[in-house]
Amino acid sequence: MNNSKQKNNSAIIMTLLKGRTLIVLGILVVFFSIATPTFLTTSSLLLIAKHVALYGILGIGMTYVIITGGIDLSVGAIVGLGGMIAGGLINEGLTLKMFGVTVYFSVPAIVIITMICGALIGILNGLVITKFNVAPFIATLGMMYVARGFAMLRSNGATFSNLTGKEGLGNTGFEFFGRNIGGIPVGAIILLIIAVIAAILLKKTSFGWHILAIGGNEKAAKLSGVKVNKVKILVYMFSGICAAIVGIITASQLVAAHPASGESWEMNAIAATVLGGTSMSGGVGTIGGTIIGAFVIGVINDGLVMCGVSEFWQMVIKGLVIVFAVVIDQFQRNLQAKMALQSRNENS
Amino acid sequence: MTDKEKENKEVCLHAECIDKIYPGTKALDNVSFDVLKGKVNVLIGENGAGKSTLMKIIAGIEQPSSGTISMDGKEVFLRDTTEARKHGIGIIHQELSLFPNLNVYQNIFMAREKTKGKVTLDNKTHIDLTNKILEKLEFPLDTGTLIGDLRVGQQQMIEIARNLIQDDLKILIMDEPTSSLSQQEVEVLFKLMRELTASGISIVYISHRLEEIMKIGDHVTILRDGRYVAEADVKDIDVPWIVQKMVGEGKSYPRRERNIDWDKCETVLQVNNLSLPKSGGGFLLDNVSFELKKGEILGIYGLMGAGRTEIFECIMGLRPEHTGTIMLEGETLSVKSISEQIDKGFAIVPEDRQQEGIVQTMNIAKNISLSSLKNYGKRLFLDSKKENQAIDEEIKDIHIKVANKNLPILSLSGGNQQKVVIGKGILTNPRILLLDEPSRGIDIGAKTEVFDIINQYAERGLSIIVISSELKEIIAIADRIMVLSNGIKTGELTGDEIKEEHLVLASYKGHHGH
Repeated sequence: MNNSKQKNNSAIIMTLLKGRTLIVLGILVVFFSIATPTFLTTSSLLLIAKHVALYGILGIGMTYVIITGGIDLSVGAIVGLGGMIAGGLINEGLTLKMFGVTVYFSVPAIVIITMICGALIGILNGLVITKFNVAPFIATLGMMYVARGFAMLRSNGATFSNLTGKEGLGNTGFEFFGRNIGGIPVGAIILLIIAVIAAILLKKTSFGWHILAIGGNEKAAKLSGVKVNKVKILVYMFSGICAAIVGIITASQLVAAHPASGESWEMNAIAATVLGGTSMSGGVGTIGGTIIGAFVIGVINDGLVMCGVSEFWQMVIKGLVIVFAVVIDQFQRNLQAKMALQSRNENS
Repeated sequence: MTDKEKENKEVCLHAECIDKIYPGTKALDNVSFDVLKGKVNVLIGENGAGKSTLMKIIAGIEQPSSGTISMDGKEVFLRDTTEARKHGIGIIHQELSLFPNLNVYQNIFMAREKTKGKVTLDNKTHIDLTNKILEKLEFPLDTGTLIGDLRVGQQQMIEIARNLIQDDLKILIMDEPTSSLSQQEVEVLFKLMRELTASGISIVYISHRLEEIMKIGDHVTILRDGRYVAEADVKDIDVPWIVQKMVGEGKSYPRRERNIDWDKCETVLQVNNLSLPKSGGGFLLDNVSFELKKGEILGIYGLMGAGRTEIFECIMGLRPEHTGTIMLEGETLSVKSISEQIDKGFAIVPEDRQQEGIVQTMNIAKNISLSSLKNYGKRLFLDSKKENQAIDEEIKDIHIKVANKNLPILSLSGGNQQKVVIGKGILTNPRILLLDEPSRGIDIGAKTEVFDIINQYAERGLSIIVISSELKEIIAIADRIMVLSNGIKTGELTGDEIKEEHLVLASYKGHHGH
């Protein structure tokens, strides 16, 4: 009797633990609604949604990377570089010296070019990690500096402002990614689309299985015939593309590209991923969890600003929340292992 | 061989003159091996005989340094496991190669997924086929269970099931598949193996359970020290024949005679009912008891994974989860940490010299004095005069051949490096010295010198425990030998009982059933 009651209790605790990020999100929303009357207004929620979209998209790419057991520190810098590439192409075009002409691209073409650049940077990360056996932390740390450096070099540190394009050059409409459609920010819609694609890839395709397998047991994956290097390169490529997209959205939201934008956003992305239940040791993680994690980060950031909490206290609080989340994560894992052991003993 | 016998022996895969050279060692030396079609081909050999290496080469995991592999008369190149699988070769690994974070059917179909329209995974087919295979194995299980939540034995069954999923399986390599199965599961596996061979599939089988081999095997090949020794049909041989071929008649070291009545000597170390649980069920050490007299050399012999090193780890305080009592000179110890154990008079020379024995970045002198630095302390600082004096004495005492003690440790040969590690242990003035494979990876000359040092200190009254996988060595050096098998103490031999055959037989005893 006592035993079954105990089991029921741990089952309830388990459910609570699994839904913990969602519960935390709920508590935060209620707290900020009471703490500041401006929190639950359309304009505030739209602002939060705009920010969440950025952390969320970065977080999705990061989730793939972390599931394979890696890390990508270069995404924040790719956001900056992506914005500078897009902004530069709109305001200055591409000057081909040998022909003495300057080509201006349409906005869709610029988006595609920027995404390709992000993909190439990601592939480079993946190649360094797989072919030269460099630890992901180091490889992407290096890339972080390189990409940020190139972002600065593009304009000598200056901002490309007023990215509205010119009718005559056929490159207007870049502001679209920062606007709202039917009251919903375009960035949030893009987040939703990417999230659905990423979740399907992870759950329903061989590619997703292989990502999980590499994180679970890389040696076994290799022996099973999984093309480990190829999958890893694709994962870093995907992260690079996500970062480039965020670069475009950021520049569009501000109608300006600043080379320092996206600084330390990789940390927000990692935080969202970890809050969402992805294990830093790899093998475990979901896209849905990361999205919820991104909301938690977004709500904390903007809620504290609305409450008038100083920027410095914001950092302290964010740091505590992240560490606390991982502590609970470990607690859940231990409990899970205990329960599995228990049911195994009962069955046998 | 008569013509009729030849007809029965259709060769499915032929490995010709395979060499495999790792830096420093030759794992396989000119080995040729035939896999007979529809038979259970058994590979036998001691630790390091090259069985697993040969199997890895056939499964495409490792590539031979030289030699060829042919199937049905045509040469094949098995560059990786995918290539090997295309030729119908599957392997069940000794160490499990599963994904603990994924469920049963994901593990079984990893890298051979079935898809709908080449894009989305067809999990319904995965589950159906998995259930079918598990039914065949008489092993019903929820296919959605996470592998990490299964017992080791159950995981082993999944590993087996993975290989049966392949349609065009021709050769199935099983590297100790029964090591963690229950008797009942073994019976099912044997039944299945007979079904497989009846349908023309060849099985290559490695096992440490000799009786099992006599039961399931058709043809036996024996390797020793990376070389081919003998082969025969199982019906023509018996267990003693196998043991004799495994042991061989190589050169042996002179056995040292000491006429001491050990019963009269004082007992230095007494270990009672030492047990160490294994994660995932079972025991690494199961109720092991032994004692050590003053000035005695106790040998511990056993196969890989028999629990030899674990005994040292328990004594030195690296395994806090152990149970049982350890008594030093009649006093029960509460083993807490390795530095405390060193203070109490234990010293260990670890198995892996490069990783655990020496600090590669420091010089010879520093490596020698590392464990006993506190003896040379002068308040906060080291008394370098005292330290150097001790180092010089030690270098002389154990004959380390060194031009200058401030040279980097890596400038020494393996044998001299080992002497440095032993010297480091001796400088702490231990009462008990634990040596884990002290002769591994050093040449014959250095080996004899290391043995001389061990003997010399035993004569002076130091009690020593030596672990060795090399039969001839342990016989030559030990006064008494304890044999471990599968975590169980299966023998204790003294005096004239110490014979190679006895040791080998005892070292397999723990694997007989459960």
